[in-house]
This record gives sequence, structure tokens and C-alpha cells, in this order.
Amino acid sequence: MSARSHFQPLAPAREGSPSRGNSASLIAWGVAIAAFLLLWRFGAEALKWTFDYPKSWQIPLARWIGDAMKWLVNQASFGLFTFTDLTRFIASIIDLPYKLALSLLSTGFLSGQGSSAVQILPPLSWIAVIAIVTMMGLHAGGRRLALIVGLCFGFLAVFGQWQSAMVTLASILVAVPLSVVAGLLLGIAAYRWPRFEKALTPVLDLMQTIPVFAYLVPILFLFGFGPTAAVVATLIYAMPPMTRISTLSLHSVPSEIHDLGKMIGCTRRQMTWRVLVPSAKDSLMVGVNQVIMLSLNMVIIASMIGAGGLGFDVLAALRRLDIGAGLESGLAIVALAVALDRLSQAYAERAGAPGTTGIVGGSFVARNPYTLAALAIVLLTGLAGLALPFVQTYPESLRLSTGSFWSNVVAWINVNFFDTFEAIKNAVLLNVLVPFKRFLGGLPWLGVTGLLAFAGYRLGGIRLALVVSILAFLIAATGQWEKATITVYLCGISVMLAMLIGIPIGILAAERERLWSWVRVIIDTLQTLPSFVYLMPAVMLFRVGDFTAMIAVVAYSIVPAIRYTVHGLTKVDPRLIEAGRAMGCTPWQILTKIKLKLALPEIMLGLNQTIMFALSMLVITALVGTRDLGQEVYIALTKADTGRGLVAGLAVAFIAIIADRLISAGAARTKARLGLA
Amino acid sequence: MPSPEPKLICCNVSKIFGSGAREFMASAKADISAEALASAGLVGAVRNVDLEVRSGEIFVIMGLSGSGKSTLVRCLSRLIEPTAGEILFNGENLLAASDSRMIEIRRHQMGMVFQNFALLPHLTVLANVAFPLEVQGIDRSTREARARKMIELVGLSGKENAFPRELSGGQQQRVGIARSLAVEPELWFLDEPFSALDPLIRREMQDEFMRLQSVLKKTIVFITHDFDEAIRLADRIAIMKDGAVVQAGTPEDIVLNPATAYVAEFTRNVPKAKVVRVASIMRQANGAMPNGAATVQAHATVSEAAPVFGDNSEHLGVVDGDSQPVGVLHRADVVDLMMRG
Repeated sequence: MSARSHFQPLAPAREGSPSRGNSASLIAWGVAIAAFLLLWRFGAEALKWTFDYPKSWQIPLARWIGDAMKWLVNQASFGLFTFTDLTRFIASIIDLPYKLALSLLSTGFLSGQGSSAVQILPPLSWIAVIAIVTMMGLHAGGRRLALIVGLCFGFLAVFGQWQSAMVTLASILVAVPLSVVAGLLLGIAAYRWPRFEKALTPVLDLMQTIPVFAYLVPILFLFGFGPTAAVVATLIYAMPPMTRISTLSLHSVPSEIHDLGKMIGCTRRQMTWRVLVPSAKDSLMVGVNQVIMLSLNMVIIASMIGAGGLGFDVLAALRRLDIGAGLESGLAIVALAVALDRLSQAYAERAGAPGTTGIVGGSFVARNPYTLAALAIVLLTGLAGLALPFVQTYPESLRLSTGSFWSNVVAWINVNFFDTFEAIKNAVLLNVLVPFKRFLGGLPWLGVTGLLAFAGYRLGGIRLALVVSILAFLIAATGQWEKATITVYLCGISVMLAMLIGIPIGILAAERERLWSWVRVIIDTLQTLPSFVYLMPAVMLFRVGDFTAMIAVVAYSIVPAIRYTVHGLTKVDPRLIEAGRAMGCTPWQILTKIKLKLALPEIMLGLNQTIMFALSMLVITALVGTRDLGQEVYIALTKADTGRGLVAGLAVAFIAIIADRLISAGAARTKARLGLA
Repeated sequence: MPSPEPKLICCNVSKIFGSGAREFMASAKADISAEALASAGLVGAVRNVDLEVRSGEIFVIMGLSGSGKSTLVRCLSRLIEPTAGEILFNGENLLAASDSRMIEIRRHQMGMVFQNFALLPHLTVLANVAFPLEVQGIDRSTREARARKMIELVGLSGKENAFPRELSGGQQQRVGIARSLAVEPELWFLDEPFSALDPLIRREMQDEFMRLQSVLKKTIVFITHDFDEAIRLADRIAIMKDGAVVQAGTPEDIVLNPATAYVAEFTRNVPKAKVVRVASIMRQANGAMPNGAATVQAHATVSEAAPVFGDNSEHLGVVDGDSQPVGVLHRADVVDLMMRG
């Protein structure tokens, strides 16, 4: 779930919360914490229910959801057709373009069913596909891009990942346009009707914070097992940012353009499609890029409900602990991700650049050199492929595999450094992880809820206090408190580590232009990697357990910590730094007294993003045997228990929303205090 | 003299922002002073404005930022719905017009030029200028022919296939002007059209604008925050402050008789001779015009007339547009006016 970094925090920061006197604030905090400590210290016997939420009071949400699901699948009906008929109908509609893309890229056009099928037309040959993407690269960004894209796809062929990669590409080709169109339409609706936006925002918040695993089961029930269900899951996952970006970019179209549309007498439809959407095209393309990256991120998870392709290969390799094979398939996803990311970014930039699209006149050939060249290659290789099999499919004898090499490397490391790794792991586990886990587990839920509510009240007023405490209470009331503390513990430790490593890197990079350009390449690349990829090296070296999960989460969530720190520091008004220098501040004083102070709100937003990243990664680490909410979700997935999975998933979402709201409010307050708002 | 027939009449127009604005207007019709509004938690962007824009004149609304001039011009075209008042365009009450009627009026009778140009970034110059016609569903060859004519009119021939980003600010605003003229509007709104431009370009565009108007003779509502620009371009000026019009009149009226201290503050540094017209300080011709004396037009400004005085002549004959004598301009009066600054 790598994409969170690109957009702003879930909740728009609220401003204007009353600022109170410093000493009054301290006293209030003191009282709140004292009350909390009293409850924690002495409440264990007298008020046992404040520590363990009593079973009899629990809201049986999981059962309700399960029942609702059963009803939906078995009984819900619109009269003429049932709900299941509807979902299966939607599935069959999605299936059409998917079949087409799959035929084109992988299976060829078949006649007949099953094993008796006869191929009428072969799929696009590997040479043709590479030629097409290279032409696109040339068209969108020039030779450099063409080379990168060509190499990425070449990698797929040479390393024997071609078949799987094309299956994955087919589902991406279906999921992305669907997500973009659906996201855009929802975004336009939200732009047009503010009430709809109000209703939509919390839904989007949930869609983005519920772990994907949680809604795989209901999708399975409704859409069946297979690529179509995977496309639906990808749609749910990849659409929210597109919706948000659409609304945001429509809102940021200058009001004058809006006035212009009205003044020349546009109808509503003309206004939307002829004036607003084209004017917002640049930022909309950023959304398209987001959708592509999120869809790729879903590849592995989607393979759990039948997507096949590269994701399935990775998952299968992980399950049989074949590190080499898994790494290779993982790298293939990365290659695909890099190619598609760069391509879509180049197209986004091109949309903004003038001049090239306006060429009028000239023959059809002159105007469409790339399209024609690609077409020619498709035809040529198609014909040649009939006679020469190596043109059609990359010859097996020329394939390379590094799988065994990686397996050997890992084996070698484990043989030689096993003791060292084990020692580090155990030391950290015993001295840091376990004590922190025990500490959190021993806190009373009521006290924590109260403290969160108080923090919400101080930071954002009574509304925030209500939201935060209701969400925290719901976690307890649905019986998820214990697992939630484990999630918070793992997430908290990982975030602290990520911030501890990320902020200094950010500070160093912000001061040094050249270092930053290197760091940026690295974190940009890290961000294109699907989250599963982080799991593999961690498992290789540390096997399963909390420590491994922590390493993977830190590696995954460090990117926003670095990025936001750099961003905040470089955004500080240079005149203030100049003023500081003029006053004779040392570089250290400038850093600590001016830059870091003013960059604080931005760094807080970085913290927020880091938490979101960490939570999304944490759920995936359930595969390496954590015991938190993520594991609960994962177990529910394997048992196809809709209610259990969704309840645990909602708990994760609630944790994310609580953290997001509190930190955003804090950042907004800091910003207002610093006069930066 | 422009014909006195009014093209656009604006009666008692107010725009109050804030919730419950309409109820407030209904209950407290008498008092919508800034203080009364503030105590009700409302903001009066435009308060009780009465204006009359005559056919063929350049009517300038001048005010500093926050004075409500932009809100007012958007009320006049109903881009913003006024809270109260009446707006008559060619005698038709705009506020009673249906949405489809408004679309009709805007498509054919109104044009607007924007401060930041509001060019569509994805369209070429030609497509931008043709866009209002495209929206009306006019076929491609007709609308492009018309657009080319407009582009030629504003002096941008050869740039048809450029994109807005490739043009300078002045050129971009020329595109904006061409676009607003493409539908041949009767009423032309210009919302601070030259404010985003450099001073030199601004001057050039003002001259260009006057040249266009001398050809087109549109009815113009021109918004500016620049008093000098207002004086230079206007047939009549309305000065706004805090949402209300503090004075309306010809540039001469305003410079010679500022209604309030606020207006006087603007006029103080304006050289009067550049604004005051000969007709205002000429005297009745007592008896026959001195023969052979040079003559000036009654609507020329005093600073234009001054160089016409020969070394020894004490008088100039003043004639109207048909070269009929209407009065005499005395040297002493000219000197007197110039001495006043």
C-alpha cells in the first residue's frame, strides 16, 4: 500500500481551535495524566472492567456482519433478480475486457472451450510488446525513457517471467482504466454536490485504511474466485486516491476559469467536460499514475483471490520459502512497476507541456509515426512468429535465472552469520519489543480512551474528542482491544525507528543538494516497490516473527519520514535563515532554532504518513506470523469468515483514523502557532 | 456625447455573504452599514449600489482591493447571485431570468475579460478564441474564420497555433480580449484586464484598448484599482469603498469636486489639466470670435489645448464636434488651473 505518501493526510487539518494559556494547558494535561495513572495503578482490582472489556458487553459486530453477508448472498433480491445475480452480472461485464486483454497479451484468441480450444490468432509476440512500450516511451519522454522501458520489459523476457507478467499486465490494463473512470466520476460528483462529498469522505477514509485482506472475503462471496474478483478488489483499493485527486484538482481550477465557462454560456455538461476537466488535466494525470502504482501494489494480494500472474508466483514462492524464485518474480513486478510508473509520469508531464500536440497538417503517416511503426512491428512479428517460434515466444534456452544464485547467497549468509543475526534479534526482542508490548497490553482501555479523548479535545475541540473516543471505544467494544495493542506496539516501535533513522537522513539530505538527488532516486525507487517485496529479504535473514515484521515495516515506512523532513526543511523561508545568519547564529543554531522549529508541522505530517505506511505494511506482515489485528484479518481470510475479518480490519482502520486526526490537528495547531497557516 | 440611453441599470444591488443574509436583508432593509452587518456576522461585499451604464460608454468601476468591485461586476453578469436589488439589461430584469435565458444572454450579448486571462491551457490560441462559439455549437469553419478575424484585430496574427503558456502576459491578455469579442457582445466586462501586466505593457494595452473601442463602440464596464487608468480610459467613473459607491461621475467631476476625503486622496496627485476639458473652463463668447484665432475642440483636455496658445494670444476659440463656435478659452484660466496642480 505504498501510495499514501503522494497525497495529503486523510483529514483536512482543522484550523482555529482555541489556543489557551500555556500554564493552563500544562495543568489540564497534568490532571488528565494523573487520573490515568491512578486508574492504571490502583484500578486493576476494583475496576477490573476498565482493563478487560467484559465479554458480555461486547457488540457482536462480527456476527451481524456475517449474517448480513449471508443474507446478501442468499436472500437479497431486487424482485426480478437477486443481489448475487447483480454482482455476477458486474463480474461478467468486467470479464469481457479482461478476456480481451488476456487474449491479446497471453493466451491468444481461442475458439472452443478448455483443453480442446484451438488458437485462432496468437497473442502479441514478446518482440511486439517490447516494441510497443518502447515506442510509447519514445513518444512520451524521448530516448532515455524508451531505453528504460525497453530494458524493464526485456528483463521480463530474459528472466523467464514473460507469461506471468503478461497475465498481470492484462489485469492492470483492465483495472486501471476502470478505477480512473470510476474515481473521476465520483470525484466530479463530490465536486458538484458538497453534501455528497461530505458523505463520501468518511467512506474513502475507510476504504483507504481498511486492510485489503479484510474485504477480500466478501468480494470472494459476491464475485467468485478468479481474475474478475481480483480486478474488483484492485478497483476498491486504487480508486479512492483518484476520487480525492479529482475533487481536489477540480477545486483548484482557478475561479476565473469557472467564471469564463459561465460567461460564455456553457451548459453544465460543457462546463464539466469542456472547461473544468481539461483545465485540471495535469493534476488528474498524477491521479492516474497513483492508480497504476496502487494497482501494481495489489498484484500479490489480488493473487490470493485468483489473479494469477506474477503475484501468484511470488506468493507460491514465499509459501514454499523458495527465496530465489520469489525474489525473481518480485523483481519482475518491480520492473513492471518502474516501466509503467515512468511511462505514466512522462505522459502526465507531457500533458502539461505545450507545443507538441498541436501539430496540424502533414499526412497521416507524418502525424502518427510511432503508432504506425508499432503497428508495422506487430504485423511483421505476428507473421514471422508463425514460421519462427523464437519470434513469437522468447526461446527457453536463452533464459537466465538468478533464483538459485540468490538462494545460495541467502544460504551462505545464514550459515556464516546466523549467530550474529540471532543475537541481534534476541537482544532487541527481549530488551525493547517484549517490554513495550507488555506495557501497552497492561493499560486499561478506559484510561487510554479517556486520554485520547482529552488529547483530541485539546488539539481540535469537542468534535475531535468525540470522534477519537468513539472509535477507540468501538475497538474495545468489538473485542479487539488486546490485538489492537499488539498492532499499536509493533506499529509504534517501527514508526519510532523509522523516524529516528529517517529524520537525520532527511536533515542531512536537505542541506546537501547532491546527496538529496541520490536519496531521492533511492526513495522514489523504494516507493515503486510493492509492499510484499520488503518482506522477502527480511524473512530471508531473520525468519518469521515480530522482529522480522518490524524490519519490513521500518524499511517500508521510512520513505515519508525522509521525504517530509526534507520537504519541511527546504520549505523554510530563506529570508529567515539569512536573518539568522546575519544575527550570527552558528549552523547548529540555525538548524535547531530556526529550521527544525519551522519545519515541525511538515515533519508531523511526515509522522502521520509514516504511521499510515506502517499500518498498511503491518497487515501484510501477518504472513510472517505476527499476533496482531493483521493476523486476525489474515486468519479470517483463510477461513473465509467475513465478519471476523471486517471487524478486525475496521479496528485497524480506526487506529489509523485516530492517529491521522490527532496528528493532523496537532500539525494544524503548530502551524497556526508558528504563523505559517 | 454618448447617447443617454441606458444599457444596464443597477438598482439597490447588494451582495451580503454569510448565512441568513437574505433574512437579514428582509428584516433590516434600512440599515446595512458595515457595522450593522458585522454585528450580525455578515459581510457586505456590495451594499446598495445604484449605477447606470449608457450605451457606447466606457464605465469604469474603481476601487482598492476588497472594495467589492469584482463582486459587483460578477453581480452585474449574475456570476454571483445578488442578495437584493434589481439589474436591468436592455430593460430586461436579469435577476428574474431563467437559467437557460441567462445562458442565452451570456452567449450572445455579454463578453468578459479576466484579470489572470483565464485561458484554457489545453487549447491553442485559435481554439481558445473560438471556444465561446464552439460552446454555442457553431460549425468549425465558421467559428475558426471568426476567431482568425478577432486574432487579427488584436494583432496576434501568426500565433494561432501557439499555446497560452508560450505567450507573454500581454499577448495572453490579447487572446483573452479576442475571445471575449468573438461573440460580438453588446456589453463588455473587463475585470482588471491589465493589472497583471508590467507597467510598460499596461500602457501599451490601454492604448490598444482605446483604439479597439474607437472601432467597436461597445458598452463597457471596466474594473480597475488604478485611479490613473480609470481617469485615462473612462467616460464615467464610479469609485467604490467598503462595498458602496462613494462617488460616480465623469473623471472631470471627480477630480474637480471630490465628494469625500477618500476620493480627494486619489485625485490629489492627478494633474488637473490632463483631466479637465476645455468645455469646463471656457467662457461665453462675448460677441464675435476673434478672427484668425486658433481653435480647440470643446472635449479636448486643457493640457492638450495649452500648446495651441501662441506666444501672444490670450484667447482660443472653442468649437464643438461640428466646428461650430461654442465659447472662448482664456489663457489666465488655463494658467490658473495648471497652477492648482
